Amino acid sequence: MKKIRCALIGSGNIGTDLIYKVQRSPVLEPVWMVGIDPESEGLARAREMGLKTTAEGVDGLLPHVLEDNIQIAFDATSAYVHAENSRKLNELGVMMIDLTPAAIGPLCVPPVNLKEHADKVEMNVNMISCAGQATIPIVNAVSRVQGVEYAEIVASLSSKSIGPGTRANLDEFTFTTSNAIEIVGGAKKGKALAIINPAEPPMIMRNTIYCLTEGEPERENIIESVLAMIKEVQKYVPGYKLVNGPDFDGNKVSVFMEVEGLGDYLPKYAGNLDIMTAAGTRTAEMFAEEILAGKIQLKPSVAEAEV
Amino acid sequence: MSDLKGKKIILHDMCLRDGMHAKKEQITVEEMVKVATAMDDAGVPYIQVTHGAGVGGNSLQHGFALASNEEYISAVCEQMKQAVVSVLLLPGLGTMKELKSAFDCGARSVHVATHCTEADTSPQHIAFARELGMDTTGFLMMSHLNDAKGLAEQGKLMESYGAHTVYITDSAGYMLPEDVKERISALRDVLNPETEIGFHGHHNMGMGIANSLAAIEAGATRIDGSVAGLGAGAGNTPLEVFVAVCERMGIETGVDLFKLMDIADDIIFPMMDHIVRVDKDSLTLGFAGVYSTFLLHAKRASERFGVPARDILVELGRKKMIGGQEDMILDTAMTMAKERGLLKAVSR
Repeated sequence: MKKIRCALIGSGNIGTDLIYKVQRSPVLEPVWMVGIDPESEGLARAREMGLKTTAEGVDGLLPHVLEDNIQIAFDATSAYVHAENSRKLNELGVMMIDLTPAAIGPLCVPPVNLKEHADKVEMNVNMISCAGQATIPIVNAVSRVQGVEYAEIVASLSSKSIGPGTRANLDEFTFTTSNAIEIVGGAKKGKALAIINPAEPPMIMRNTIYCLTEGEPERENIIESVLAMIKEVQKYVPGYKLVNGPDFDGNKVSVFMEVEGLGDYLPKYAGNLDIMTAAGTRTAEMFAEEILAGKIQLKPSVAEAEV
Repeated sequence: MSDLKGKKIILHDMCLRDGMHAKKEQITVEEMVKVATAMDDAGVPYIQVTHGAGVGGNSLQHGFALASNEEYISAVCEQMKQAVVSVLLLPGLGTMKELKSAFDCGARSVHVATHCTEADTSPQHIAFARELGMDTTGFLMMSHLNDAKGLAEQGKLMESYGAHTVYITDSAGYMLPEDVKERISALRDVLNPETEIGFHGHHNMGMGIANSLAAIEAGATRIDGSVAGLGAGAGNTPLEVFVAVCERMGIETGVDLFKLMDIADDIIFPMMDHIVRVDKDSLTLGFAGVYSTFLLHAKRASERFGVPARDILVELGRKKMIGGQEDMILDTAMTMAKERGLLKAVSR
């Protein structure tokens, strides 16, 4: 079967884990990996796994986009360089999956709104954050039952799974995730908290989701909706698991989740890495399936000016 | 103990921030102003205020205070004659936006707090506090979970981001004087001479005063405490007791001891919902090395699910939960309740 050819930008934890996820896909093929450090472990691993590499950043990839027929690119660099990367690649007709907190394109949580974005042929889709991917499906599962006036999520992440980029820019993570709880989760107001825990052996990613419902929570409907949503996420993240809840205390609904990874690049505790790369891959697959079926066609586009 | 006579120490009161934990965040603006004004009058140079979890702290995870942080800060700052008002910021919870807002209300000092191994999550916040011109502290929480060498490295990072002061923070009230001395000495060895060192204690093992003195001996010049010990767990180092000890030893704090005693007895004690002291649960925190703020959360979870608070706290210590993971208290209590046949799992 024909596959859509992809480039992976950024050779850190997320970029390297993506090689495995994309390589496993029936409709995607990882062809290029882009880094900025020729000595990086990520680039070395990409070469071992048969990818072409450049350490010249996105500019090192551009001359090869057309000849190698790259149609989808994953950006796992940083919010600061993403806009520029996206502009350059969109001009060549490459669709961007943004795994940075830049969020210049629409926010995407696959079981909530992916289909919508694919139908619109969005040329840049943002994956929010690992915490967003792990929690927003649950917020949405509650808000599709009844109004949520406030939702708050707490992501506990193992220290070893958090790279230097996220550490140095924790506020961007907080803002992007809080915003997405409202826009995609459907809560009137959202707040995101992140805790980085250095325990050894490393703790598996945990997420707690609190929702304040408008009026008395419809317990049975909420439980059913949450369990159904968990099944949807499990289709692309098998280790997405309910630990406790839904717990009802007044109009507060609490759900306690655990995300165990597949153990591709980092060990299984780094579920945060997996849920991000798996969501990104799932998103790319949806676009790829539509392209291969002739339903959508990617066109070069000029990004709107950044302000 | 070596001669500390003539040493000058800067005291920083926590009863209106750490004490919020002990009051389930329910101190009124009027009470806060009353306490702060009295402390200002007693010569306390730094007074920390706001929600127990600092700026951005109002949340389901940490509880909602009676007023916004901005209301508390503004109301207190308006009345201060000499004291500097400070706030706490935990990256991952509070953001630069909220710090700016606190600054606009009059806060001029900040403790930027990370877990003792995660200093590199604080560069943007420390740099921003400096840019605002604030007295900036890097605050290494749960310091008993890192060794002296590791803490020295973490402190050096915070200094490199711009911190004026680096704190060893005994959030669990676990440390003994020798532990404190070793850690402060290691910091003193690597930090620039102009960078100050501070110590923030909790009294869960009754070591608040002794640990603070050990810190001073090893080179600390800033000490956190709280009048009447109003703070999380068994409270912070009780400030009036510490000042009395300092006077006897000839350590200079510039604070009026008798006025502080009066504030403790006349204002703070009547405010307490429970007497903040070493009891079996707060002692368990210190003994097991658990974050002091977990205490009241564990007691609430215990009431709901029937698992004793002490069992929950010990399990949290075993699972190495750190400050900010209050959600894991309810989660752990529910898991334990299921194991004990007290709670059924949701299923379809």
